[in-house]
Order: sequence, then C-alpha cells, then structure tokens
Amino acid sequence: MNFDFSDDQKMLRDQAHKFLSEQCTSKVVRQVLEGDQGYAAPLWKSIAEMGWLGTAIPEIYGGLGLGYLELCVIAEELGRVLAPVPFSSTVYLFAEALLVAGSDEQKKRLLPKIAAGELIGTFARAEGVGAVTPKSIRASFKNGKLSGKKTAVADGRDADFAAVLARGSDEPGERGLILVLVDLKGKGVARRAQDSIDPSRKHAELTFDNAAAEPLGKLGEGWQLASRVLDRAAILTAFEQVGGADTCLAMAKDYAVSRYAFGRPIGSYQAIKHKLADMYVNTELARSNAYFGAWALSTNARELPLAAAAARVSATQAFDYAARESTQTHGGIGFTWEVDCHLYYKRSRELGLVLGSQRSWKDRLVTELELTNAA
Amino acid sequence: MDFEDSSEEAEFRSTVRRWLDENAKGAGELGGDEMAERSDKTFLAAARAWQAKKAKAGYARITWPKEVGGFGGTAIQQVIFNQEEGKTKVAGLGGPFGIGLGMCIPTLMAYGAKEAIGRYVKPALMGEEIWCQLFSEPAGGSDVAGLRTRAEKSGDTWTINGQKIWTTGAQISDYGILLTRTDPNVPKHKGLTMFYLSMKTPGVEVRPIKQASGASGFNEVFFTDVKIPDSQRLGEVGQGWQVALTTLMHERLAVGGGQGGGLDVKELMSLARTLELEDGPAIKNAAVRERLADWYVRSAGLKYTTYRTMTALSRGQQPGPEASIAKIVVAPKLQDISAFAMELEGEAGALKGDDAAAHGAFQLGWMSAPGLRIAGGTDEILRNIIAERVLGLPQDVRVDKDVPFNKMPSGR
Repeated sequence: MNFDFSDDQKMLRDQAHKFLSEQCTSKVVRQVLEGDQGYAAPLWKSIAEMGWLGTAIPEIYGGLGLGYLELCVIAEELGRVLAPVPFSSTVYLFAEALLVAGSDEQKKRLLPKIAAGELIGTFARAEGVGAVTPKSIRASFKNGKLSGKKTAVADGRDADFAAVLARGSDEPGERGLILVLVDLKGKGVARRAQDSIDPSRKHAELTFDNAAAEPLGKLGEGWQLASRVLDRAAILTAFEQVGGADTCLAMAKDYAVSRYAFGRPIGSYQAIKHKLADMYVNTELARSNAYFGAWALSTNARELPLAAAAARVSATQAFDYAARESTQTHGGIGFTWEVDCHLYYKRSRELGLVLGSQRSWKDRLVTELELTNAA
Repeated sequence: MDFEDSSEEAEFRSTVRRWLDENAKGAGELGGDEMAERSDKTFLAAARAWQAKKAKAGYARITWPKEVGGFGGTAIQQVIFNQEEGKTKVAGLGGPFGIGLGMCIPTLMAYGAKEAIGRYVKPALMGEEIWCQLFSEPAGGSDVAGLRTRAEKSGDTWTINGQKIWTTGAQISDYGILLTRTDPNVPKHKGLTMFYLSMKTPGVEVRPIKQASGASGFNEVFFTDVKIPDSQRLGEVGQGWQVALTTLMHERLAVGGGQGGGLDVKELMSLARTLELEDGPAIKNAAVRERLADWYVRSAGLKYTTYRTMTALSRGQQPGPEASIAKIVVAPKLQDISAFAMELEGEAGALKGDDAAAHGAFQLGWMSAPGLRIAGGTDEILRNIIAERVLGLPQDVRVDKDVPFNKMPSGR
C-alpha cells in the first residue's frame, strides 16, 4: 500500500506552503476582494516564474511535465490561503480543456503561453439561473463564428481565452453540442463584470456577437468533453477546498483556545469541541476522497468520473461546514469585515458552485455507481 | 501513489493465503458479525481449534515477539493477515479471543510477574483460556474512573465487593482483569488498583444482559466477598488508572476496524433498485440519490482513510490521528442508512425477518446501531478525544478532580 504523496511531492508542498504563507497573506486577498483588480498580479507573476502553471503540462508544450500529483499538492496550498489568482480557471479548466480536446496545433500554440504565465484562460458553460444541461446551451457556433451569452464565468473579466460550450448544429441534446475556443480579446466579444458572493474572484458575463471561434474537439462531443474537463477540475478543486477547510479548522481552534467565556476557554466546552471534531472528521474524509481522485487523475483510471464526483461532493461538504462553523465558533467578531472568517465563508460557497452544484454532482456520482456497480 | 503491496508485503500475503487455503477449510462454517455474540459449544470449539492452529503457525499475534509465541512481524503484516483471514469462512472465529489478546494479555505482559506471564500468555494465544475486561460499572461508563467496586486488603489477601457491567464475553471467560477502588479517601483517579483473577473464583457471578436488540453479548458480573491474593495485583496499589490506560490504548488499536454489520451504500442501492415509490423506481428518485451520494462519500472517505493508515504502517511509521475517526463515521451511518431503508420499505418496513426486504437486514442493523454508537467509547466521548488529543483543545472543567472519591456527589 502506497497511498500517499512521495517525499518529493511533500517537499514541493512545503515549498509552496512557505512561499504562499509569505506572499499571499490575507492582506493580498483583501486587496482583490475590496479593489478593482481582477487578481493579484505580482503573485500571479511569481507563481508563473516558479513554473507552477505548467506543473502538469507536458514538456513538449512548454510545461514542467511533473504530473497531476504535483499539481494536487500545489492546489491544496493555493486553497489554504485563498490565493486570489486565476489559477484554477487557467490551469484546471482551460489548460485541461486543451489537453483533453485540443489538436496538437492548438496545444502547441496555447499551452506554452499558459505555462509561461502569458495567457489567462477560463471555461464557460452556464447561460442563466438553473442547472446546466445540454438543453440549456443556446450559444451557437456556425461557420467559425460564436454568438450568445455566458454568465457567471469565473475570471471571465480578465481572461484572454475561453473554452466555451456551444451548440454547433440543430441536432437536439448532446449531439448538437461542441466545445469551442475563443480569443476574448477579439472582435465581437463583450464583457460585463458581475457582482458575486466572492469578489476575491471576479465573475463576468460574456456576450459573443459573431465572435471568431474555432472548434475544440468534434461536433457532438462537446458535452462529453466538457464533462471530462469538469471531472479533472473537480479533483484539483477538491484539493483547494480541503486546504481551505484546514485553515478554517485551524482558525477556529486558535480562537477556541484563546477566547474565554464564563471563566474558561470556549474550546473546553463540548458544544465547541464536538463542532471542531466534526470539522476534523469531515475534512479528513474529504482529504482521503481527494487522494483517491489524485490517484485516478494521475493514472487516468477507469474510476476517474466516480472518484471526481466523490472528491467534489466530499470536499464541498467539508469546506462548507468548516467555513460556516468556524464563523460560528468566532461568535460576533467572526461576522465582522476585519476578521478573515468571511473570506473563507465566501470562497467555500463560490468553489461549491463554480463547477456545478453538489446536487448535480451527487446525481452524477450515483449514475457512476449504477454504471460501475462499485458501491 | 498506488495500492500495491511492496514486494515483501506481496510475498507475505501469498504465504498467508497459501496457509489459509490449506488450513482454513473445515475450520468452521460459521461466518458474520453475530459470531462475536455467540457462545454456544459448537462455535466455541471451532473457534478454539482455529485459534490453536493459528498460534502454532505464529499467526495468532503477528506483532508479538517469537519468544512469547508471536510472529515477530510488523503492523502491516498483521493488517495483511486480517485482510486475508477476513475473506475466508473462518472470519469471526477470533472473536472470543480479541479482548484477551488485544487488551488483557498486553496489560499482563506490561505489569505482571514473570511467572504469571509464563503461565497465562500461551494458553490465551492457543485459545485454551479466554479473558475478559472488568472495567465498566453501573456508576462508571464513559467516566470509568468513577467506578465503585471495592478491594480491601487484609494480610496478603484482597476482598472484592461490587458490580461490573457491559462485560463482553464474561460468560465464556476463564480469567479477567479487574479495576477496583482501593482508596475512597483520595480523588478518583488516585485510588484505583488493577488485578487479574479467575472467573471461577468463589463469589464471582455472571449474569447475561438482554439488550434492546434482544441479543445477549454483554454481562453483569457481581463480586461478593471474592478473595484474591496480592500476587494477582497488576501495578502498584493506587496506580490502577495508569495500568488501565495501557489497556485502553490497546483497545483503540484493537477496535477501529471494519464494523457496521456489512450494511452500506451497496446494500441500500440493491434495495432501491427493487422498490417502487410513488413516482417510480426508488433508485431514480432524486431524494434517494442524494442520500446515497452523501453516504457514499463517507464510506469511500473512510475506506481511503484506512488506506492512508495502512500506508503509514507499510512505511514503518505511526498512523496519523485520522485513524481515530472510523467509529464516529460508521456507527451513525449504519443507523441512518438502516432507518432510511425502512422508510423506503414503507409500511412493511416495520416487519423483520423473512417477511421484510433483504431478510430484515436493515431492521437488524437499525436495532444494533444504538449499541455500536455507545460501545467502546460513545460518539460523544470519541469527539472529546479528537478535540483534546488531536486538535489540542483544553479539557473540560473537572469538578471532581481534587475531591476525595467518598466526598463526590453521585446521581443515578
């Protein structure tokens, strides 16, 4: 049994942890949260210089070619400090879309730029409120032109490129769907910044009016390809969520031992102890599910869709619970702007929605169980 | 990252498998979790015979040194043996010896005299003698140190009076380790002393407890003027709590494994496939699917947590604190899953046995779940342990800490 990261991977995690705890303080997060900039540009630059953006991008496409286990340990550390950079949109979604669906030419053209930090990418699916289903996709792609609207696109305000799920023919359902690649700096693209629950990640509405676009994979495969990209992103995001949950637990614990009420630390009361014990249990379960996801991702295992859904649901539940109850443990001060609880409270929900809500992932999970009979 | 054995582990596994293939046949056709509660003669004879076979091969206690009859192996080898044994029909035959070998004998080895170790370890390993642990009392469950059974010394003899309860396997045990109060004039943890004794000593009476589920795995044990020599004391007078901590440390290592009566998401899915609800097959119902996913991520999370623990053992490291979460996850999940299954069964969910779906497996699980949430540390005590030992939160205020035991208030 060798179900853990290697010493080299742990060393990478320690380096990332040290770097981020110095360079990504909550002050940096708050500058993005409270300001107009879409992300922390100096931090983004340093991250690019260290090569993290190309961790899982093969060397032939300008990456480090290390692998997904290395990317997972970095993701956990980014999540721990709520790094306000477009890492997940660019790396977990856009780069993965290229790797999963792109032609060799597309990969050669764009992946080196991602690895070098010269290109921010994102992924656009939703067009309105409600579940994203094949039927809900109306943006249309014809003769190399994309028209339509996408909403709640994370980092959409600052991205250079997007992978967009669109309708490429009149065929109904999945058969008419296609994934396309759009240069967001091109003609016919309009962006509108949208207010969101977590302004430390900027969201935008993208409007396409005969914007130039190119197919990313084949017509009719758009939904499947998008699902594969989401599975991969779900596992990497789960590591961010576990990192975030860890921080919430650490904050709640620090507060519970130093805050006194009725003559003793509040952490000596069982009402607080049991809450924190539950946070710990949920987070450890989520970590273990994320580990299995990491294994599936790094080996391209048959179990990947099930592993992704389980990692996604487990991590979303753990981070939600930890963020809510960490705030609760802090009492009134936890509901103030100056204490960091709300940063995590906001990010936990944002991460829980950005790739689709728990509800839809739970359904996918059970569908996978039905297919594989693995329960 | 992978799930493979190292080459040494793989070799050990295949050796164990070969040995089991050759030896487990016909050792006993009984299987399942109800075995632990069984005490009939056929079962015990099969269990003793299997235990003796294992002991002769060194497999009765893999991590114990060879000098005392163990295998001189590693913790991961013990896990591998348990896994392979668990796949055979003899799984569960070790039940009657678990407490003795897992808790009592390690305590005896730590605190007993040389002669006692020479006398008792081997028969326990061979399955010839069964041991039980006499700690819990009506007045001391989660708060074991609140126990009241008195031991009073006169010359070289101690006289024991009092009552124990929840004693697993007392009805089939030959010996027990017994925690007593020897000094009620000092605070509770300081007045305890540990002994071992034969369960056949005059004045010892075992009475089975009928549980809420109808089964009887536990007992009450009464002590009336029971005389035992001072040579059967383990540790110093007044040091019983330190000795008990040794035992309980072994309990946490011994428990923890796969519990839950085999009822999990897979079983619930099988049920949901066969049942019709108001809007069609239960498996297609959104509320059912949501619950299935909730429980699946907890089951899978626990499974992979176990893999992480095994990885630590495989690397020769101590398992991390995550190893302590199993029972808090498993026991309430069993209760939730079985109650939900009965919900799906509707009015007929109230039936048990062969008139119920799945031969009443969910009803049985639901009946046993309350016990699982209490035995071996309640959900609440386990949360305290995680909060204090893993997270480092301060202990609750102990109003009885410096109060002599006989000045302490007592309720029911």
